[in-house]
Amino acid sequence: MSRVGIIGIGHGQFGRRSDATVQELAFEAFREAVQDAQVDPKEIDGSVIGSVPEYHKQRSLPGVVQEYLGLNPVPTWLTEVACASGSAAIRTAWMGIQSGAHRLMAVIGCQKMTEISTPEILALMGRVGEVQWESVFGTTFPAYYALFAQRHMHEFGTTREQLLQVAVKNHFYGARNPNALFQKEITIEKALASDPVSDPFQVYDCCANADGAACVIMASEEVAKKSSKPVAWLDGVGCATASMSVLRRPNLVGLPSAEKASQKAYEMAGIGPGDVKVAEVHDCFTVAEIMAYEDLGFCEKGAGGRFIEEKQSYADGQTPVNIDGGLKSKGHPIGATGVSMTVEIVKQLRGEAGERQVRNADIGLTHNVGGIGQYCFVHVVRRD
Amino acid sequence: MFKWFGKVNFSPYTKVTDFADHLKDGRLMGSKCKQCGHESFPPRADCSQCLSGDFEYKEFSGKATLVTYTTIHAAPTGFEDVAPYTIGVVDLKETGRLLAWFGDTIPESEIRMGMDLQVVPRIFEELEDIKVYYSLEKPGTTWSVAE
Ligand SMILES: [Zn+2]
Repeated sequence: MSRVGIIGIGHGQFGRRSDATVQELAFEAFREAVQDAQVDPKEIDGSVIGSVPEYHKQRSLPGVVQEYLGLNPVPTWLTEVACASGSAAIRTAWMGIQSGAHRLMAVIGCQKMTEISTPEILALMGRVGEVQWESVFGTTFPAYYALFAQRHMHEFGTTREQLLQVAVKNHFYGARNPNALFQKEITIEKALASDPVSDPFQVYDCCANADGAACVIMASEEVAKKSSKPVAWLDGVGCATASMSVLRRPNLVGLPSAEKASQKAYEMAGIGPGDVKVAEVHDCFTVAEIMAYEDLGFCEKGAGGRFIEEKQSYADGQTPVNIDGGLKSKGHPIGATGVSMTVEIVKQLRGEAGERQVRNADIGLTHNVGGIGQYCFVHVVRRD
Repeated sequence: MFKWFGKVNFSPYTKVTDFADHLKDGRLMGSKCKQCGHESFPPRADCSQCLSGDFEYKEFSGKATLVTYTTIHAAPTGFEDVAPYTIGVVDLKETGRLLAWFGDTIPESEIRMGMDLQVVPRIFEELEDIKVYYSLEKPGTTWSVAE
């Protein structure tokens, strides 16, 4: 199989962006990515937009984004799988290029979330759970992950402190990422003093809703090889699903979709979890990162709490994870997140991550989860 | 009528609409495929095993054990007035799982993983519209209306 390369990256400021429309946010990331790739936008033969439409007043988002980016008349379309929409867009572009239908594509993850109220967002996100039998009891997105956390603590003895150590780490690195929403370190004491959300979670266990956009330029092997930039090759793409309802999951201590997706990605890339030098995982809640360590095989099932306690996911640990601050500190503009993860991994592979740079980063991984694990995309990215 | 099910109902139209009628009469119903016998909770009209659309209701005992739970403090639209509330996921004795609120017979301090529970059909008495649900109660608790 020929390869697909990432030759340009762009990332806008995440946060409450009351200064910009969603297409203006998309433009910031797109411009940076096109300039980074040093390609003529007229050479781009299609775009894929990762976004979740319910949060926007604008209907049919790709149209307005495509026009504002100046990409008419080449094709565009939307991918939507909740918080994994950005990685779905990358996978779709990978498929488009592998099929021969496209040679050079822009993938834009973009989202505005702060135009609606927090209870409305809680209601919308809660309905990523199953609405017929679950939402009728007022379930929320944090509540679902709290159900996982309680079970993980019960089965494996994962502690409250270990959960919060994830937040402490991600804020530590977020404080060093100029694009992050929260660029401030936190302590466990401060986190324990925050308001309760859904037990055991408090405010600091949860990522924040945010506005933002990120963009990658993807190219066929032939086009990528002519790139002036070091190419980051998308060598493993894994994707899997799990039941919509938590009531039909085999267990409540991990995401079966993440296990399956990572197996596929590792297999395609011909690597194992031990080869991953830097990873971006979907830490929408503290327990989600702990489950990700396990589902991705960075440690045994149940050992995720110890993994963070021993700082194995810090930049100088066994497998550095979320060295850009993660969703926790960057903020989580849901459609943009998967693309944002990919941008960070490419930076790490190129050695452009500045004070966040991980040593010997030649193989990176992204793990992007949609909803409460109904969808998971795991991508392996490698430099030559 | 399925629109009766839940404080806020998001899916009034379904092939298992009679579930709510049974619940109003104090019966908790799962489904059983008439073709292959596969049983399910939540009930479903279409069999995931043999794809048959021919099903019947089967009354469940409501006997259950607790798998996990959480108390929700930050409530979504439509549930602010009842927050904080505690939800639990239980394994049903027959098959399947359900998610429900804990009822008054179990104070939060007495909730333990793996504890035995009884799923009890309930009606929101204080509301004018018919609204039914079920709650997680101490074993032995029988059908009653909410306070
Ligand atoms: Zn059947």
